[in-house]
Parts: sequence; C-alpha cells; structure tokens
Amino acid sequence: MDLSYTPEQQAFRAEVRDWLARHVPAEPLEHFDATRAGFEAHRQWENTLKSGDWGMVTWPVEYGGRGLDLIQWLIFEEEYYRAGAPGRVNQNGIFLLGPTLIEFGTHEQKQRFLPPMASGEEIWAQAWSEPQAGSDLAGVRATATRDGDDYILNGHKIWSSRAVFADWAFGLFRAPGSERHKGMSLIFFPLDAPGVTVNPIRKINGHVGFAEIFLENVRVPAFNRLGDEGQGWHICMATAGFERGLMLRSPARYQVAAAKLAALWQERKADADPMLEAEVIRAHMNAEAYALSIYQTASRLMAGAKIGPEASTNKIFWSELDIHLHRTALSILGPEAELLPPPGAQDWLDDYIFALAGPIYAGSNEIQRNIIAERMLGLPR
Amino acid sequence: MDFTLNDEQMMFAETARTLFADSCSPDHWHRMMEADAAWDEARWAAIVDTGLTAMLLPESAGGLGLCEVDFALIAREAGYAALPEPLVESAGVAAPLLAALAPDHPALGDPMATIAIAHPLNPVVPHADRAAAILLEKDGEAFVATPDRVTLTPAPGIDPFRRLFRVDWDAADATALGSKSNGADWALALDRAALFSAAMGLGLAQRAVDLAVDYAKERQQFGKPIGSYQAVKHHLATAQVAIEFARPVVMAAAADIGRQDVHSRARVSHAKIVALEAADNAARASIQVHGAMGYSWEVDVHLFLKRALALSQNWGTPAFHRARIAERLFTQAAGPDQLFARDQKERETENA
Repeated sequence: MDLSYTPEQQAFRAEVRDWLARHVPAEPLEHFDATRAGFEAHRQWENTLKSGDWGMVTWPVEYGGRGLDLIQWLIFEEEYYRAGAPGRVNQNGIFLLGPTLIEFGTHEQKQRFLPPMASGEEIWAQAWSEPQAGSDLAGVRATATRDGDDYILNGHKIWSSRAVFADWAFGLFRAPGSERHKGMSLIFFPLDAPGVTVNPIRKINGHVGFAEIFLENVRVPAFNRLGDEGQGWHICMATAGFERGLMLRSPARYQVAAAKLAALWQERKADADPMLEAEVIRAHMNAEAYALSIYQTASRLMAGAKIGPEASTNKIFWSELDIHLHRTALSILGPEAELLPPPGAQDWLDDYIFALAGPIYAGSNEIQRNIIAERMLGLPR
Repeated sequence: MDFTLNDEQMMFAETARTLFADSCSPDHWHRMMEADAAWDEARWAAIVDTGLTAMLLPESAGGLGLCEVDFALIAREAGYAALPEPLVESAGVAAPLLAALAPDHPALGDPMATIAIAHPLNPVVPHADRAAAILLEKDGEAFVATPDRVTLTPAPGIDPFRRLFRVDWDAADATALGSKSNGADWALALDRAALFSAAMGLGLAQRAVDLAVDYAKERQQFGKPIGSYQAVKHHLATAQVAIEFARPVVMAAAADIGRQDVHSRARVSHAKIVALEAADNAARASIQVHGAMGYSWEVDVHLFLKRALALSQNWGTPAFHRARIAERLFTQAAGPDQLFARDQKERETENA
C-alpha cells in the first residue's frame, strides 16, 4: 500500500492541468439541458477535448481513447473538475454505454460507435425506463421484432436524459411474447429515425433535461444490437455493476463542491448558524471518503479484481452526500437561498435541485439497498 | 499509487481472524460473563504466541517491525471478536510508545506483559490492574510506573469486558522519561490509538451487521423470514454502506500515519469519527432487527453497542477529532488534487 503518486502520475497531472488551462472556456457555457445552443456549445467542447485526445482517456487508442489506467482516469477527472471545465454532455455515452460496448460489443460495433462517441459527434441518450417499468425494469413492454437483418422497434420510453437534443439512444426492447428478464435485447436507434417522436419533459428546475420517446415501427439494422439476442438484461446489469459503479459520478465533482462549500462557510460564517460548521466539515469528510473508496476500487480493479454488488453502495453514498452538501450550502445562504444567482455565479440552488434527482435515477436508492441486502449480505428476496 | 493489501497482510489478518474465532467465540464470551471475568489467560498466551503483540515493536526490541496498516487489520479482527484483552491498547499503542521512550524497560522483556497508558484524553484505563507498566503524562512530561506505585480505583463501566480504573499518581513515585522531545512520540501514540479504535470500529460494525443478517434469515414472522422485508433490509444495507465508506478512510489513515502532519492527523480523525459512527449505527440497527431478543443479555449484540460507545468517546471525542479536521480544511488548500496532500516542508525534506 502506497498512497503517493509516481513521478509519471505527477507528470500526467501537470500535462492535463496545462492543457485544460489553455482550452477550458473562460465563460461558463449555457447548460446543455437548457437550450439547443447550450447543447451544441457542449458538443463543440467535446470536440475540442477530442482534439487533445482527452475524450475518454481509459478507452483503447484504436477506439478514440488513450489506453490509460483507472488511476490516470481519476487524476484526469480531478484536474477536469478543478479547472471548472464544462459538464460532459455525452455522459450517457462515454460513461455508461461506452464501457459496456467495450465489454460486450464486436470489433465492428466498437469501430462504428466509439470514436464518434469520444468526439461528441454522436451524443447519446438512455432509453431504459417506461411508464410502467421504472424500478421494475424487467417490466419493459417496448418490442423489437426481427425482420430479416433488421429489427422493428415499437413502444414508449420515458425519463430519457438528454433525449431532447441527442443523436442516438440505447434502449431495452423485448422479443414479442417474451416476459420479464428473458427475451430482452439492448438496441441502439437514431433519435431522428422515421417513426421516432421525442416529447420534452420539463424538470423541476425548468430545463428540458429529459424526454419521453415514442417508437412506431422504427427500423434499425440488427448490427445495432449489443450482445446476443435476449442478453439485454444481463448486459444492463453488467453496465450497472461494472464501471458505472465507478464512473458515473467522479469523486472530484464532490471534492470541488466541498472545497467551495468550505470557502462559502469561511466567507459567511459570521452571519450563519454556528451548528453548520460541523455540516461543512462533514461534507468534506464525505467527499474524501467517496474519493478514497474510488481510489481503493480502482486499485483493486487494476490488480485484477472485479467490481461486485458493492457498486450499489457507491450510488447511495454519492447521492446522499450530494444532497447533504448542497442543503448545507443553502442553509448557509439562509434567506438568500431561494434567489436565483447572477449569471456565471456559483449556482448552489440549481446544483441542489440536480442533487435531488440522485437517489432516483440510475436505480433508485431503495433498489440499491435491496441489492446490497440481497447480494452483499445474503438476505432472502 | 497502490491502495491494495499484500498477501502477507491478508494472511496475518486471516491468522488473527482464525485465532479469535476459535478462542473468542460467543461461548467464550458467555462463560467469561458468567464468571465475571474480563481476561482469559490461555487466549492471551495464544495471542502472544502468534506474534500479534510484537507487530509494532522494532526489531531491535525483539519485535516484528511491521507497520500500522498491518496492525489495523488485526485491530479490526479484535473488534469483530469483541476481544476482552487490551491487545490494541497495549501492543498497538502503549508498548511501541514505551519502546520509543525507554527501550530498556523490563516490561518490554516479558512477552506476556501488557503495558497500559493513562492518556489525559481518557478518564479511565482498561485493564490497568494487569499491566506490567503504566505510561503517564503530566504537563508535557512522560512517566512510567508499575501499578503498585499508583492508586488504581475501579470505575465500573457497562462493557463487561472493559475492566476500568481511574489512575491517581504522584510524580515522585514514577520514573520520568524526559520531556518536550517526547511530544512527537505521544502525538503518534494518540494517532495510533485513534486509528486502531477506528479499525476496531470497523470490526464491531461488521459483526453487528453479520449477527443481524444471521438472525433475519432465521426469524420468521407473517410466514416469512423477517430479512425478506424491505424495512429490515434497508436498516442493514444502510449500516453496511457506512462500513464501506469508513474502511478506505481507515486504511488510508493507517498508510500515512507516519507523516504526522496536519493532513495525516485529519485523516486519522476522519477515520475515528466515521468508523465508530458506523459501529454505533450498526449496533443499534442490529438490536432493532433482533427485536426484543436484541434487548436481552442472552443475545450478544449489546457487546458491540457497548464497545462502540466506549471507543467513540475515548481517545478523543468526535468534537476533538472534528476540530483536527477543521484545522486541515480551513488552513490548507482544498480540492480534488489535495486528497493525498502532505506538508510542504516534508516534501522539501524528502526531495533534498
């Protein structure tokens, strides 16, 4: 056990820091869920990242990555958040679908989909949930009917993040007549394909961050199916269990927020409830605990271990720490908490509203607790 | 950057786990409580034989010269077994301190001997009556005395395995071990005590969860095991989450404890707070899951509740440790690149 960076890792950090200092936009971009212009500005940023080969550093070089290890990924993320670089508009692609494609895709599929994903040329939305299939994801009704070398997709997807402006979606579809966990396949479809209708849904912050998708006889080639026919559930669970537990939320995101919270406290403590200092310290502890846990997991994975159901503990921990941290910030702001900040200022309020979604998406925390109880602790179903 | 344990570390921990499973089982607890005993001489001899008491002593003192990461794993196992004997206090804290201050002290020559430490942060000393030597501190000066040279007043506590004493003493009856220059050794001893308390907390917490899981699989209500109900599952899942996010903090604190700077101190304090919160939460969740059984003496969960209470408040209260984290947070650079930060001064020394 040695918790110090090697000279190579330090040099890598310096390289990332230097590049970001020269390229991160001086003015914050408009939010990618707010307007088409904001979305496209973020796509442009993804393209800039790709020009420096920073699109997705852990992917193999041949698919648009740098072939770096997980510790380097963590260092990259630390510098990325530290620099205040724009949010990753393609996070559904690069953090969720990408690693799954690398694990389950054919060489041809990786060649086709990964490079434009890494460059932001193709931005991805997720199409898993349906009106009657949320926590009970095995209840999806949308169908994929085989027709020669194609599939015909039909159904109604909902709560699809980024779907309003994105180019592609990956969704769960089942063979007609199949039930529950059997017969599902993971299939990609272009959001502008004939038969696709996307209706924006406003979130509680007013942004159109997600959408419902209607599919009516949408024809896609069988090439767009990831893994074997009927393997969809298994692949989805692998996505959840594998790198998603590690990558969906970077520790750096919370470390930056905790540092800003400490600064906010220092600035405002004369007028704030003195009890809040303990909460500010707690937010820092939580952010560091999450980061240390991820470093430990990264080390274990690099030593050949596989991530297991303990990934579910990550989801619970970061989503709860995020809410605690931002509630603390709003408490420090006191009666000013409800005011919208001026453009460009730290938006504790919007970040708080965003944090509230954490315990719901990517598998509700209730479902995660069931997973921990059943698969880590061995309690009966 | 490597956050993994090596094979030797895992083997040593496994040895301790087996030793405690065989010699500190619920049957042993019950027999000891019936006999009003807080010490098992045969078990202590086995612990000494296995080398656990020599891990942190320097090789020059006949020790194994191992590090805090190694011993933290043993402390965790001691917590998992609710070990009555003061392995952690003696071999993890007091003996290495005595070896640093008075390497020729006769108590260090007897492998079966325990050393106690009366630290100003703690009102009482567990098992002080059995110690071959007691380390003392007054106004920044270190002393050592044998138990017959100090006044030990029993201070009954709720943990049946912590035999507690108040220690009153006169400097004239103790041997002075020097002053100021020993500050660093005393500071390290406090950090080790806090760290190993945290490591024990991880073990206490996991045992409390494991006991509740075993019970929830067996106990049937409404025709099903109670562990199949979400209300029960979620109690235990929440307790497990706290353990999962305390463990890496404890291990990171152990790895960097030797730096003895504002960063390493804050990490030890962080570990102390969260690991013992995890233990306290797990113990209370376990009692709740056990229902009325959990409130009975016969079911062993209370041992973990009581030990967690003691360790939470000794070796620095949560407020004491929170202040050390505050010092780090509000005086040093913050942010994601500071996770493994160290004092600038030390970095320069290392480079030179």
